[in-house]
Amino acid sequence: MGLGYALKRYAVTIRIELTNNSPLEAQLKALMIAAQAGDAQAQSRLLTQLAGRLRAYFGRRLTGRADDVEDLVQEALLAIHVKRATYDPRFDFTPWAYAIARYKLIDHFRRSGGRINIALDDAGDLFATENPEEGAVRRDVASLLARLPLRQRALMRDVKLEGHSMEEAADRAGMSVTAVKVSVHRSMQRLMKEVDDEDV
Amino acid sequence: MKTSDLIAALAASDAAPVRPAAPAFRLAPAALIGACAAGIVLALWLGFQPLTAAVGASWFWMKAGYSLAAALAGFLLLIRLARPGARPGLAGAGIAVAAFVVIWMMAMDASMRAGAAQAPALWLGSTWRVCPWRILALAAPIYLAVIVVLRRLAPTRLSLTGAAAGLLAGGLSAAVYGLYCQENTAPFVAVWYSLGIAVSALAGAFAGPRLLRW
Repeated sequence: MGLGYALKRYAVTIRIELTNNSPLEAQLKALMIAAQAGDAQAQSRLLTQLAGRLRAYFGRRLTGRADDVEDLVQEALLAIHVKRATYDPRFDFTPWAYAIARYKLIDHFRRSGGRINIALDDAGDLFATENPEEGAVRRDVASLLARLPLRQRALMRDVKLEGHSMEEAADRAGMSVTAVKVSVHRSMQRLMKEVDDEDV
Repeated sequence: MKTSDLIAALAASDAAPVRPAAPAFRLAPAALIGACAAGIVLALWLGFQPLTAAVGASWFWMKAGYSLAAALAGFLLLIRLARPGARPGLAGAGIAVAAFVVIWMMAMDASMRAGAAQAPALWLGSTWRVCPWRILALAAPIYLAVIVVLRRLAPTRLSLTGAAAGLLAGGLSAAVYGLYCQENTAPFVAVWYSLGIAVSALAGAFAGPRLLRW
């Protein structure tokens, strides 16, 4: 299997169960509640986390238009900030954020005069969930990544799978951007070599 | 602007605490203010019927009940639609359908009792030509008051939200119009009140995406 292809498919389909007790939902919800209470740090952590997911979500739907994607990411983040009072903590956070992302995407298509054809799916698309068909790919990628040292693995996950920028990954890991680029590049080379060796 | 800069700017400049918005408590006063405005317009335009006599009549409450049920349905849909990610739910649609079915059963019953010769008068009354348009006209101030509030919330399905706002406005408008209108048969209400409310909802659905974009 081609590594780039597998990574791409995996990035599209890593999915995390979206129930009340999903760790992601719980974590984002806690951040949002803190942000509503005026906690600036929680606010910025929340938006940073969402930025990566939004970038991946919009990126998949606007391939090859990186500028549009980044504009949309910023618009969605701004909307999430400005409209934060409309989130009701009695309900899950992820469907709320997803509805805003989807709304901004539709609005973008409408403005650019394109055809609108977005399924009214659930938040799973932004916040990723189970897809049985992708299980095999996912296992392969997971076992591949497991061969990397912890630090490299975390960077690969951030950059290649979750769609964070190099800058964000550097921020999270407390490394310089250059160091992140080098590490990700080396990881990719190493994995490709290993996959090639196995395929032969 | 880089996204990370935007995030830093938002967190730094503007992290004031917010209270989670309760759409019901914002939309209800707006709808009431709009209904009062519609009442004032009606008083200046057509006047009221003698209300002391009307409130003793069951047909007065039949009309008010049907109109307010439609308004309630619109309101229940709206408080869900005003927030991202909330499903509209079945309560609103259920009430609208139930009210419609009940008024039509009453209408059919009254029409059959009256017999073929009398029935057309029951269905048409004397104001069928103007009734739906008057309801639509009186719905306008209510609709606008509701839209002003909705713009501060965050509806993401704009046509549907506009339709629900139109249903709320049309229902309230029909209830207000009942202060003037002396038509007193279920068949009249089933057709012409329903039509006025439906046209309001349709106009609301059409205007929604234009007025509610954010």
